[in-house]
Amino acid sequence: MSAVNTLRPDLKLIAGWIKPGSAVLDLGCGDGELLHWLASHKQIQGMGVEKDVGQVVSCVEKGLSVIQSDLEYGLAQFEDGRFDDVVLSLTIQAMHNIEGILQEMLRVGRTGIVTFPNFGFWENRWQIATGRMPVSETIPYQWYNTPNIHFCTVNDFDRLLGKLGMRIDEQIVLHQGEPVEFLPNLLGSLALVRFSKR
Amino acid sequence: MTVANSVGIVTAQKAVFDQPITLSSGAALPRYELMYETYGTLNANASNAILICHALSGHHHVAGKYAETDKAAGWWDNMVGPGKPIDTDRFFVIGLNNLGGCHGSTGPSSINPETGKPYGSTFPLVLVRDWVETQARLADRLGIKQFAAVIGGSLGGMQAMRWAISHPERVRHCLVIASAPKLTAQNIAFNDVARQAILTDPEFHGGDYYEHGVVPKRGLRLARMLGHITYLSDDGMGEKFGRELKSGEYKYGFDVEFQIESYLRYQGDKFSGMFDANTYLLMTKALDYFDPGRHFGGDLVAALKTTLAKFLVVSFTSDWRFSPARSREIVKALLDARRPVSYAEIESAHGHDAFLMDDEPYFGVMRAYLNNIAKEIAA
Repeated sequence: MSAVNTLRPDLKLIAGWIKPGSAVLDLGCGDGELLHWLASHKQIQGMGVEKDVGQVVSCVEKGLSVIQSDLEYGLAQFEDGRFDDVVLSLTIQAMHNIEGILQEMLRVGRTGIVTFPNFGFWENRWQIATGRMPVSETIPYQWYNTPNIHFCTVNDFDRLLGKLGMRIDEQIVLHQGEPVEFLPNLLGSLALVRFSKR
Repeated sequence: MTVANSVGIVTAQKAVFDQPITLSSGAALPRYELMYETYGTLNANASNAILICHALSGHHHVAGKYAETDKAAGWWDNMVGPGKPIDTDRFFVIGLNNLGGCHGSTGPSSINPETGKPYGSTFPLVLVRDWVETQARLADRLGIKQFAAVIGGSLGGMQAMRWAISHPERVRHCLVIASAPKLTAQNIAFNDVARQAILTDPEFHGGDYYEHGVVPKRGLRLARMLGHITYLSDDGMGEKFGRELKSGEYKYGFDVEFQIESYLRYQGDKFSGMFDANTYLLMTKALDYFDPGRHFGGDLVAALKTTLAKFLVVSFTSDWRFSPARSREIVKALLDARRPVSYAEIESAHGHDAFLMDDEPYFGVMRAYLNNIAKEIAA
């Protein structure tokens, strides 16, 4: 059985970036799907942070170490350099203090991995051009009822990393689970970025 | 409460220890007795035992009833029983009354065999670590080398932590609920006001009130009333009592007028009629003295580095007596000590008392965690 196929495409790519035996912190880890997979396939030392108690229960059910906490309060509970990889998957667009969390990620870990919906995706641009706020596969909310408060394009995110003195190690932009090589900021709806200190 | 998933009718047992014990204070007891109850069945390799450590006013009667006609079941009957989070179909669960208690274990109100009179003021103060030593002897007696889990709320959580530090190899999982790594000045202050209420009661007689045929009821009542205020949250109290008047109108006097006064006095009266004041003093001192980092240069991380257990830490948002911030200190120390830990911060309006109440997310976390322990020991 190849359980890798049961992972969401973006999580599968993240999993591919993580070396066996690494110490991994998953921020906004949800039900612990990624950590659980990494623990059973790559023997990682995993730790999750999750705000929602129902998701915390799901993580505990999987036997994962999980800390119930709001990422907006930072990662003060973790020592400098405690982890190899720190993952923030489809969460950053709902956070207030984006610079803060990116800096915290590289304080507690050597490598950061962020995934986010690409606001520069052509369908989003088209909906804006026709006078409406975008609603799409990766941004499935109406403007008046959404957890998302900070949208960016792939280019915007890259620029922010540069401003914070961070280096992009790898970047993949997806649409419907498939990598987009040509005009990724236009044709890709979901971005995955692996970064570290410059 | 459904009877279907109750442990049913239970019987308390007494373990007599003739081997003397020297306590942290230097005082010694030549012999002592511990009251305990067990639920469920110890498996063949004695790997499914869970120890429940009680809080300030707790005891060994954790679950079930002594007789069908009992009004109330054990103090954690909602958590412990067949099919409940601490599932007695899978675990062998032990509750005991700690040394110094007043529910049958040797304590200040017990007869000192050397004098034939109650210990009273001569009963030594007992620390959390002393309790753990006596609990370890009880575990030896029951043939338990290693607990699947040691679980406690509040002062009970401190015992669970102390177990993991004092006997790392004897604890697989340590569940610390609504607890703290040590008390703050404010928390010690509350305890001292409670103690002062007892110590200054004219019927306290320096702790030897038994021989005067009286009990310092007024002091103990005040201590309990104060305690209850700190166990509830402002919101919870407001929701339950508000400014509601017993008779519906102002009486312009000092009798009970507001419902909250009625509640506190009732709780104070009930408690002071059945609990021993010396035990209350002793339990509050055990809380104050607890500081597992103390023998590690004040470093809790160093203390926790010695542990081998996996930890689950749980706190409740409206608990201000043992606030989530204090539980997060435990979690941070465990993380810094590189120990496996999970932490849940449960939304609740019930203050410190929340750890004793039914709450789906709380029970969900407990059930999920204990379910994994059951699977682990079965593997």
